[in-house]
Amino acid sequence: MKSLYLLIFMACGSVGPRCTLAQDFVIRGATVHTASTQGTLKNTDVVVRGGVIVAIGSGAGSSTAVIDAGGKDLTPGLFGGLTDIGLEEIALEAQTVDSSLNFKSPEWDQQWRPELDVTLAYNPRSFVVPITRIEGVTWTVLAPNSADSIIGGQGSAVVLDGRYDAALDGSRSLFVQMGAAGAKVAGGSRAAEYMLLEQAIHEARAQKPIAQGALLHTAGREALARYLMGGRVVFQVDRAADILGVVAFALRNGMKPVILGGGEAWLVAKDLAKADVPVILNPLDDLPIDFDHLASTLENAARLQRAGVRIAFSSGNTPQARLARQLAGNAVAHGLPWESALAAITSTPASIFGLSATRGRIAVGQSADLVLWSGDPLEVTTLADRVWIAGVPVEMKSRQTELRDRYVEKLKVHQAR
Amino acid sequence: MNMVSRAVLLFSMILAVVVVWAAEPFPSTYQVPVSSPVLIQGATVLTGTGERLDAADILIANGRIQAIGKGLSAPADALIIDAKTKWVTPGLIDIHSHLGVYASPGVQGLDDGNEATAPVTSNVWAEHSIWPQDPGFETALEGGVTTMQILPGSANLIGGRSVVVKNVQGATYQSMKFPGAAYGLKMACGENPKRVYGEKHQAPSTRMGNVAGYRQAYADAQDYQQQWDKYNRELADYNKKKAEPAEGAAKNSKKKDSSADKEPTLPSPPKRDLKLETLAEVMSGKIRVHMHCYRSDEMATMLDVADEFGFKIVAFHHAVEAYKIADRLAEKGVCAAMWADWWGFKMEAYDGVQENIPMVDFPEHSCAIVHSDSADGIQRLNQEAAKAMAHGQRVGLTVLPQRAIRWLTSNPAKSLGLEDRIGTLEPGKGADVVIWSSNPFSVYALAEEVFIDGALKFDRAHPPVPPRSDFLLGEDIAQAPL
Repeated sequence: MKSLYLLIFMACGSVGPRCTLAQDFVIRGATVHTASTQGTLKNTDVVVRGGVIVAIGSGAGSSTAVIDAGGKDLTPGLFGGLTDIGLEEIALEAQTVDSSLNFKSPEWDQQWRPELDVTLAYNPRSFVVPITRIEGVTWTVLAPNSADSIIGGQGSAVVLDGRYDAALDGSRSLFVQMGAAGAKVAGGSRAAEYMLLEQAIHEARAQKPIAQGALLHTAGREALARYLMGGRVVFQVDRAADILGVVAFALRNGMKPVILGGGEAWLVAKDLAKADVPVILNPLDDLPIDFDHLASTLENAARLQRAGVRIAFSSGNTPQARLARQLAGNAVAHGLPWESALAAITSTPASIFGLSATRGRIAVGQSADLVLWSGDPLEVTTLADRVWIAGVPVEMKSRQTELRDRYVEKLKVHQAR
Repeated sequence: MNMVSRAVLLFSMILAVVVVWAAEPFPSTYQVPVSSPVLIQGATVLTGTGERLDAADILIANGRIQAIGKGLSAPADALIIDAKTKWVTPGLIDIHSHLGVYASPGVQGLDDGNEATAPVTSNVWAEHSIWPQDPGFETALEGGVTTMQILPGSANLIGGRSVVVKNVQGATYQSMKFPGAAYGLKMACGENPKRVYGEKHQAPSTRMGNVAGYRQAYADAQDYQQQWDKYNRELADYNKKKAEPAEGAAKNSKKKDSSADKEPTLPSPPKRDLKLETLAEVMSGKIRVHMHCYRSDEMATMLDVADEFGFKIVAFHHAVEAYKIADRLAEKGVCAAMWADWWGFKMEAYDGVQENIPMVDFPEHSCAIVHSDSADGIQRLNQEAAKAMAHGQRVGLTVLPQRAIRWLTSNPAKSLGLEDRIGTLEPGKGADVVIWSSNPFSVYALAEEVFIDGALKFDRAHPPVPPRSDFLLGEDIAQAPL
């Protein structure tokens, strides 16, 4: 097996970071967490051909390569949340950060650029990419940050196998900052967020550009107009009243809203379930960090799930996107069913971002983005043993494992003396 | 005997210290609460000394651990807790917290963590910024944290004094203040001070500027100490001379010594300088240095600076590159307080590895500590340790639970100089005890009961209603529309 991997990596090395040599293989005897209605399947085989899952069952597949899972847990590749992976190397070093647009325009001269798509800045050769994927996180959604307007711009889901054309079709979304953080760049009142949005929507729908005091340029009008016809718009908003306001506003204007943050979402869970509006939250947010989070609780995820709201998890922490499992595990410790927690970092975010057909579950026809774990996948003492993206085994190395290896050997030798 | 009297006893061994102790401003008003004895039965116990005891009992009374062993009998009035499926550890200690000084909500009115107006502010004391109503204290308690060191931020080279507090509810910080705990001094390496002051076009703007800043501050403190030493000598002389004339007059009544005639002049003391006073107390060993430092090379530089001025750095905090000099830190007896896996948010955190803690823990006489620096992380210190254990295991650095718990208990206690009072479950120690639902090194483990000095401060089965913090009072009323 090892030599086979080696052969593949040598071949991949010669064609650059995108390794197209998907292997045909079968993972035999795994505990398969499908993240679908099929639930967990014990002692099950998963057959991969051409980078895609082609069969799931017992004794399935007659491939040349067999990986004996020995009953270990297999999950879909995990969702790292909304991050700036590949857009940000070091947050505090501005020259390495491409995740936000800031013309530093004065508040009275708002420059709204919904046409910005940060996906164009994605660097698949960022050190963060291997550091993240060897922990079983195989995809993320690039989310622009708003700087001098409440419109951050657009972003897409990307797959973290190092390919240059990493964006996943159909996942592009628009990102809008609401609540207290939005108010800061909307003249100081959250009411003005709606005022400005109304104005921008008016401009987008108008036949001709507005001559003076416009928020949008031509390309921006076109971009925003697309989202007014059922486009996915991710609103970062936490206060219960604001969540309801945003949902009503978005639906009234033809957008498909997604709530990001949702610190107080559990207070309006029934309304969110009724409108089928999903919430992307950090289940660890339990402190009243500001006056938009006074009702924050570790039970947010469990309460939303019980009310029938679709939930996904995101810490928004780029270097720590790899900790998606810890978010999920803690949600379980605070009342969320285990299967729902796994879904919140696999199938639910895939469905929120329009990727259900290809990602997020272990099912026939899905991309073979798979992780074999050393134990319970949501447990903090568990590590990823093996990761595949589109059927290609991930070399379990990163700049961090190289650093570790350099120093751990020295330490052992020195201490042995 | 309560904590205060024990502390006094401890210090009374050195008379001079007792004099200072009595004169300390802002004394603790904390009292060990009166509580009935508790017998925890049949638990898996991680003592914090490196031992694991299975099916063991722990008897708590009068605020202290009385006994640990099998088949302990309970006093008549004892609360008996069946802990057969539970794990028990000492209360967790976080030596790097900004709770209260960077409180929730993070509004400007509560932004009290950094006196970022000068690079050396050894005159400020974190305790004067603590808002006891920070709801983060309560969530930390729910994570099993019983003792915290609250530090100023890291904007400055020398940020000010830290304070050790017990995680108890109080309207004043004095009622939380750990009686008899030494003060710490927060110092900071690297990017933060040079960025904060560099952006203001003042020193320091470079790492060499940082080092010049520490050295000048301590050089000034040496000079200051010399002035006081001189004054104290003169004062002693004066007192001696004041006492002499009566004697002298009797002995040498015939001799007229002109100098003896002269009335001795009372020396005037140097002006107190609160900045230099603190630094002088660092050099005398009374105040313990806790230093924010990421890079291994900067830690090495600071060990040299400390040697130059004769003080000791008890712990490097954050210490993202401590694994590169794990041997040296162990040899010097310096602790490293670390996160499990934070990295990459700034250049000096670029070389973070997930094996940092087990690598620092590996050498003999090491002192690895898990810290939080975060109102979120402090709620899950046990999970931070668990992650580090898993990554250590993968590279052959196996750390068993009975050893790993030391990262959260006895090692931080040692760095605070409180190892004789907290951090282990041994007879005589303060009864800071956590009962966990399962092995604490798991994402599913929850602290079920948390005791501080023998008093039950958190009980998951009966969570406090209303909330502990005044700030959140009435929140439930607002949440429920009529």
